[in-house]
Amino acid sequence: MSLPTTEEIIEDLTFFDDWEDKYKYIIDLGKQLPAFDDKWHTTERLVKGCQSNVWIQPGTEGDLLTFSVDSDAIIVRGLLGLVLAAFDHKTPKQIIDFDISAYFQALDLEKHLSPTRGNGLRSIVSRIQNIAQAAV
Amino acid sequence: MSFDVLAIREQFPILKRQVNGKPLVYLDNAATTQKPQCVIDAMVDYYSNSNSNVHRGAHFLADQATRGFENARDLIQQFLNAPKREEVIWTTGTTESINIVANGLRTLLSPGDEVIATEMDHHANLVTWQHACKEAGATLRTVPVTDAGELDQAAYESLLNNNTKFVAFPHVSNVLGTINPVKSMTEKAKKVNALVLVDGAQGAAHGWADVQDIGCDFYAFSAHKIYGPMGIGVLWGKTSVLESWPVWRTGGEMIATVTLQDATWNVLPYRFEAGTPNVGGAIAMGEAVRWFSELDQEAVLAHENALLAYATEQAEAFEGLTIIGNAKNKIGVLSFVLEQGHPADLGFLLDQQGIAIRTGDLCAQPLMSRFNVPGTARASFSIYNTFDDIDALFVALNKAKTMLS
Repeated sequence: MSLPTTEEIIEDLTFFDDWEDKYKYIIDLGKQLPAFDDKWHTTERLVKGCQSNVWIQPGTEGDLLTFSVDSDAIIVRGLLGLVLAAFDHKTPKQIIDFDISAYFQALDLEKHLSPTRGNGLRSIVSRIQNIAQAAV
Repeated sequence: MSFDVLAIREQFPILKRQVNGKPLVYLDNAATTQKPQCVIDAMVDYYSNSNSNVHRGAHFLADQATRGFENARDLIQQFLNAPKREEVIWTTGTTESINIVANGLRTLLSPGDEVIATEMDHHANLVTWQHACKEAGATLRTVPVTDAGELDQAAYESLLNNNTKFVAFPHVSNVLGTINPVKSMTEKAKKVNALVLVDGAQGAAHGWADVQDIGCDFYAFSAHKIYGPMGIGVLWGKTSVLESWPVWRTGGEMIATVTLQDATWNVLPYRFEAGTPNVGGAIAMGEAVRWFSELDQEAVLAHENALLAYATEQAEAFEGLTIIGNAKNKIGVLSFVLEQGHPADLGFLLDQQGIAIRTGDLCAQPLMSRFNVPGTARASFSIYNTFDDIDALFVALNKAKTMLS
């Protein structure tokens, strides 16, 4: 998997001064996200939003927590890519210590994490953080 | 009288603002309409000059507030062509109005009784009846929706029988824009002596809420979808039905006498209005229906029909787009899906371009399943929208499509 790091993402996204370039980047990131195994599209893995659905499959690799994610909306997949850059293949402590709000603010995308957005992104972030807490 | 859309727009201060650096194009009117200055002024004036609790204070402001509040009730009565002012109950909105009826119905139903709702209903007019039926051991039946997005009238007739105690359907579908034949559906229900509730959330804003003409027993609607404020709405019910309908919340205003062990209920409309009401909201709702009723209704309808026709024409020519809901009688709503993008993606990309639409299941999940879509993108129009707004929608949609392809 070759997702960019959070530093690279911040550098890339803050470089764009045009919303179109920014959203194209997010869409591309959504397309690059590793494929989600279709057998994981189950209700237990589903985080239902009223606008779009998100699925998550947590796992481990040694001391690291891993996450596979999917959404039926490509922009949400892209936003999930931003989240995975911060949380995938990280230790529980790294996940807990990471300031996701500051990161989304730096990307000027904090509105997507707000509770008014029914896209499931906020729920996914909480779920990942809870998994990390439980694993400490 | 005639209709000048630019003069109408002038009365809505919010339409002058920008969003994401672009002029706001507001096409989410089925969710809530914007408010004209006179409605905003009515609210501000109430809190600036008349604020007081109603019906109980022996002083000047209390009298003034009560007069304004009860005068607003008269305005709603006229708007609904209701026989009596006492039949107009203030609620927090359509959902509460429906819940008042469902709460009573729960205690009136017996096992074996049947209630009819529709596949087209939004959750407030479906889940409430599910709940009431479950508690009473009654059976909920639903009228299916045809491919065109109309209620299947033959199926409806076949569902009606002597066990049918209650029927509820929307005046206008929030997802499809379908205008239902509420009068004939009510007539059919009356042949089996069922009570009828019309969910007017999407119907009232088009000026067709004549309850005597429809012949229903209950009509529910919200102020905020008809140019009024949020948090206030109306349940209208026939006196003969409401008088004995089980009370809803208990507490001040709805009580006549109280001892430590017992209480008797106040007369209509107060027996359903527990606690301090939303006086400022009621006054502003009265102003909203007054403002709306004074417009040339034929010209308003012609404008709304022209907007929908223009939008539909562009949608039909747009490659990859499928309209959800092609009822013959339709108003105000263009729901669609696009091959190149999920509705949520379209919502994000239109928002960036200053276009406000609604996306998702639109609080009508069974209807989404019926059309086998995860959700729709919905543009909904109001009297202040213009052809330019619709052009802007399709320019933005084209950009979104290119970005998603």
